[in-house]
Amino acid sequence: MGALVQYIQSYLSSDLTPGAAGNWFWATVYVLLVFVGLSVAVICMNWLERKILAHMQVRLGPMRVGPHGLLQPIADALKLLLKEDIIPAEADKIVFWVAPFIVVLAAFTVFVVVPFGPTHAITDMNIGILFMLGVSSLSVLGIVTAGWASNSHYPLIGALRSSAQMVSYEVAMGLAVVSVILMTSLNAEGTGTLSMIGIVRAQQAQGMWFIFKFFPLGLIAFAIFAVAMVAETNRAPFDLPEAESELTAGFHTEYSGFRWSLFFLAEYSAMIAVSSIAVTLWLGGWLRPFPNLLSGATWDLVFSLFPGLAFLFLAGMCFFNVARMPKHPLFKIQTIGLAGFGVVLGLIGVILFVPLVRDRVGDIFWFSAKVAAFMYLYIWYRGTFPRYRFDQLMKVGWKVLLPTGFAVLILTAATAFFEPSVEQWLRHIL
Amino acid sequence: MTDPKTLSPPSLETHVAEHDETFLDANELVINMGPQHPATHGVLRVILRLDGEKVMGLECVIGYLHRGVEKIGENRTYTMFNPYVDRMDYVAAVSNGLGYCEAVEKLLSVEAPPRAQYVRVILTELNRISSHQLWLGTHALDIGAITPLFYTFRDREEILKIFEKYCGARLTTHAFRIGGLQYEVYDGFERDVKNFVSFVKPKIDEYEGLLTTNRIWLERTKGVGVISGKDCIALGVTGPVLRASGVKWDIRKAQPYANYKNFDFEIPIGLNGDTYDRYLVRMVEMRQSLRIIEQAVAGIPEGPIMAKVPKVMKPPVGEIYHSIEAPKGELGYFIVSDGSTQPYRMRVRPPSFVNLQALDIMCRGQLVADVIAVIGTLDIVLGEVDR
Repeated sequence: MGALVQYIQSYLSSDLTPGAAGNWFWATVYVLLVFVGLSVAVICMNWLERKILAHMQVRLGPMRVGPHGLLQPIADALKLLLKEDIIPAEADKIVFWVAPFIVVLAAFTVFVVVPFGPTHAITDMNIGILFMLGVSSLSVLGIVTAGWASNSHYPLIGALRSSAQMVSYEVAMGLAVVSVILMTSLNAEGTGTLSMIGIVRAQQAQGMWFIFKFFPLGLIAFAIFAVAMVAETNRAPFDLPEAESELTAGFHTEYSGFRWSLFFLAEYSAMIAVSSIAVTLWLGGWLRPFPNLLSGATWDLVFSLFPGLAFLFLAGMCFFNVARMPKHPLFKIQTIGLAGFGVVLGLIGVILFVPLVRDRVGDIFWFSAKVAAFMYLYIWYRGTFPRYRFDQLMKVGWKVLLPTGFAVLILTAATAFFEPSVEQWLRHIL
Repeated sequence: MTDPKTLSPPSLETHVAEHDETFLDANELVINMGPQHPATHGVLRVILRLDGEKVMGLECVIGYLHRGVEKIGENRTYTMFNPYVDRMDYVAAVSNGLGYCEAVEKLLSVEAPPRAQYVRVILTELNRISSHQLWLGTHALDIGAITPLFYTFRDREEILKIFEKYCGARLTTHAFRIGGLQYEVYDGFERDVKNFVSFVKPKIDEYEGLLTTNRIWLERTKGVGVISGKDCIALGVTGPVLRASGVKWDIRKAQPYANYKNFDFEIPIGLNGDTYDRYLVRMVEMRQSLRIIEQAVAGIPEGPIMAKVPKVMKPPVGEIYHSIEAPKGELGYFIVSDGSTQPYRMRVRPPSFVNLQALDIMCRGQLVADVIAVIGTLDIVLGEVDR
C-alpha cells in the first residue's frame, strides 16, 4: 500500500512528465484529462464559432437553447447521437465503418506529446515533433478511405482533393518546422532537440520566442506554418474538400449521425492540435508573455493573476447579460441559468487566485490562451475569405510556400552557423 | 443547340480545351449536379462531363419548376394574369410587373400618367438594386465568402420595407396595374426612398471593400467563364452578362420605355467578359440605379396615377412584343390578342432562360469550382427559367 502511494506521489515531486517518469497511473489520468478536456474544448469551440461568426455577419447565432444558446452544442450532440446510423447500400461497409475512427484516432493521438506545461504532458518523447507530424498526417488515410468507401462521386472528389492538399502542404509545413529545430541548437550545449518540451525550454533559455528569432526569418517560417496548418486542417479559405457549394459536403457527404460527428470532432481537435504545434514551436508554448523583459517576483505574481482575472471577466460578462435579459416571465429560466453559469465561472476564477492553484495552472492558462487566439483566427478567416480553387491552392502550396520554406531554411541555417563568428568579428573590429 | 448525345461544341467560337494526351486512359466522370444542390440556385440540374476536375462539357436539364405560367396567361383575363408574372423572377417581381403592364398598355394604346411612370421607375430601380444585392450575396457564397450574403440581406431588407409599406407585399409585390398604379404613394415615401439612397451608398462600398480587391476573389473570378461579345449576341445573352463582354446594350437607353429617357445615367460595360467584369458591371449598375432613383424621387410630378382603362379589357386584334431591361437582362412579353378578354397567346422571353444557354461555352475547359462561379455570375432564377 505504501509502495503504491509512493508510486503515485513519485510523479508529483518530479520535474518530468508522467510518461517520461514512467508513472503509468498519472499517465492514465493525463490521457483521460486530455481526452475529456479536448472534447469539452471542441464543444466550446462549436458554440464560439457559431456565435463569433454570427456576430461578424450581423446576426445573433444560436439564442434559443439555453441562455444565449449555451446549450446548443449539447443539444446538437444529443441529436447526432440519437440519429439513425445510415450506411449506404453500395458502400464498402467495413471501410466505411472504420474511416471516421482512423481520423479521430489520428487527431487525438497527436496530443500525447503536446506540452501544456513543463510537466503537464502525457509524455516527453525525444522525437516529439516528428511524432506529431507523422501522426497528424495519418488522418489523410481516414479521409481517403471515407471518400472511397462511400462509393459516390462527390465524396470521391472530396477525398481526392483532400489527400492532394494535405500531402502537398505537409511538405511546406515540415520545412518550417525544420527551421525551428535548427534554432533550438543555438543553446550553450549546441545540441538541437526534437522534443516538444525541449523546444519550449530552448526558447526559455535563449530568452526569445522563435517567432522573433533572426527577425524576420522566424516570422516568415511561422507565417508559412500558419498558412499550411489552415490548409492541413481543411478549413476556410482552403476548405475545398468540403466545399459546400461545389461538393455538397465533400468526403463526408454520405455520413450522418454519430459517424458524421466523429469527423466533426476530428476536424476541431486537429485544428487545436496544429495550433498547439504552432504555439509550442514559435510562441513559446506555456511561457508567459515577456518572461525576460518583465521578470522578477512582482511580475510573476502579476502574470499569475491572469487566469483568475480571465474567468472573473467571463463571469462579469455573464452578469452583464443577465442584467440585459428581458424582464419577462418567459425568460426567467434563461436568466437564472445564465446567472448560474456566471456564478460557476466566478467560483472557478476565485479558486484560481488561491496561491497553491495559481502556481500550477499558469502554464496551462497561457498555453490555452495562445491556442484560443489561433482558434479565433480560424473563425476570422472563415468569415472573411472566399474559397481558393483547387489549382490555385496547389499553386500556393508548391510555388509559393515551398520555395519560401526552402529559402527560410537555408537562411536560418546560414545565420545560425555564421552568427557567432560574425558577432565575434563585430566585437573584434568595434 | 447542343447535341445531347455527344455534347459536341456548338458551332460558335468556343473555349474547348485541347485534347489531353495523358498516358492514363482515364474514363470520363459524369456527375449529376442538382437538382438538389446548394449552389445551383434552385432546381437546376447540370450534367457535367469531367476529366478529373476539368469540365469537358455540360448539359442543363431544366423544367423542375415548370408551372405553365404562359398557359395560365392564356386562360385568364389580362387583369387576372398580372399577379402571376411576379412569380417568374421572384427576386425582381416589380420588373416583371412593369414589363407586363407596359405590354398590355401598348396593346390597348393607353399610356400611364407621368406620376405613375415616376413611381414605377423608382420601384423598378429599387428592385434592380435588391436583385443585384441578392445576386452578390449568393454569388459570393458560392465562391466561399459567406459574410457578404448577410450584409446584402441586411440592406435588401430596407428595400423590402419600402415595398411592404407601398403595397403590402415584400417579394411578389404586384405593385403596378395595367394603366398605372392602384395605390397612391404613402406619406413619407419620398423621404424613405431618399433615406435609403443615402443609407445604401456606403453599404455598397462595404461590399466592395470585402471583395473587389480581395486576392482570393480576384483569383477566383478573373478569367473565369469568359464569353465574347460575339458569342453573347449569337446566343441572345442580354443584361449585365452581355455588357460585361463589351457590348453597350441596355434597353433603358436603346429603346427607352417608361420614362427612362428623362433620366441621366450611364451604362457600364466590361472589357474581358469574365466573371470579375460581370461583378464590377453589376456593382456600377447598383450605383447608377441609385442615381436614377435620386433624380426620379426629386421630380415626381403631381397628377392622376391611373389612365382611363376600360373595366373589361378587350384589346383589339393584333400582337405586341414589348421588352424591358430587367435586372437579369431583356425581359420580353409577346402577346397575341384575338379581341377577347383573354390573350390568344402569351409568351414570355425570360432573360435567365436565354442566358443559361451560355453556361456550356463559358464552362468548357474550366474546373468544377468554376462551374459554380459561372452559374452564380449568370444570375439565374429558376422560377423564370422554367416559368
